[in-house]
Amino acid sequence: MSTVTCPECEAQIELEAGTEVGEIIVCSDCGVDLEITALEPAAVQLAPMEQEDWGE
Amino acid sequence: MQRRLKIGVLYSRVRVEEKWIFGAMEKRGIDYVRLDDRAIHFDLNNPAPWQEYDAVLERSISYNSGLYALRLLNAFGVPTVNTASVAEICGDKLMTSAVLARDGVPQPHNMTAFTPEAALAAIEAFGYPVVLKPVVGSWGRLLAKINDRDAAEAVLEHKATLGSVQHSVFYIQEYIEKPGRDIRAIIIGDRVLTAMYRMSEHWITNTARGGEGELCPITPEIGELCLKAAKAVGGGVLAVDLVEHPEKGLVVNEINHTMEFHTMQPVSGIDIAGEIVEYTMNVAKEKVYS
Repeated sequence: MSTVTCPECEAQIELEAGTEVGEIIVCSDCGVDLEITALEPAAVQLAPMEQEDWGE
Repeated sequence: MQRRLKIGVLYSRVRVEEKWIFGAMEKRGIDYVRLDDRAIHFDLNNPAPWQEYDAVLERSISYNSGLYALRLLNAFGVPTVNTASVAEICGDKLMTSAVLARDGVPQPHNMTAFTPEAALAAIEAFGYPVVLKPVVGSWGRLLAKINDRDAAEAVLEHKATLGSVQHSVFYIQEYIEKPGRDIRAIIIGDRVLTAMYRMSEHWITNTARGGEGELCPITPEIGELCLKAAKAVGGGVLAVDLVEHPEKGLVVNEINHTMEFHTMQPVSGIDIAGEIVEYTMNVAKEKVYS
């Protein structure tokens, strides 16, 4: 199981099995959105802010 | 011997839908490439690398990135799901309303104006309440229910002053007293795959805004209306959103061309991701073998 550190609050977050690069997770401590940027080793960065043209 | 087809999946974020789509590709042993729309580029003088794809499935969150990518891919002769033309129509509420009106598909009463003054005049003539919607936008963002003239003047001025130029295309829709729910149906080609009620106490029933899902039987009326709506926008893989209008009956509210189905797939028990992948493969086969 990989662990990453939240860049906002430094909480340790355990990644679930099956986590993919490009996926967004939420820091369980501070609630910020994080994007998985790598898996081996696991890395995250703050997810981009929602843009006006985002949607489905 | 038939060669192995190569599929591209254009995406911005790996949401649960993309995970299911990637999983469906892998389960079928499909040769596919994940194309992050933030990392790709197009060289207009060298389309060859893109022409290696037999089809590209577009799942971008960014409407602009997805739309321009589709336009370029289609210009390069690469089939896409959906086509650029479908994305142009579905991504713009006014364009969607225009083609629905052209094809006589029932929809809410909509009006458009290009200045706050003209928009206010249209609203005053129609009566309150109305809903102001951005022509491009999703997830229920920036919808405004306008109950009186004061609110209309304020919101119109804010949109004209603070918004991009696109916010000065004022899309005005009648406010519909719906029964705490709307209906979303998934259309793949000429099939209505499944439908779901989206329930919410709030007047915005989008599940991105906290609405919950419950299976909706596909009545002949729903089936026929959805297929007519899908045909009007050009067909493909679509989500048609219907509203139960108290006087007009079922009306088509909007059509999404890169729909989310994280509630729909578990509620329906249908492998929507798998169906999308199968449709994409058929589009690729049609190009290669026809």
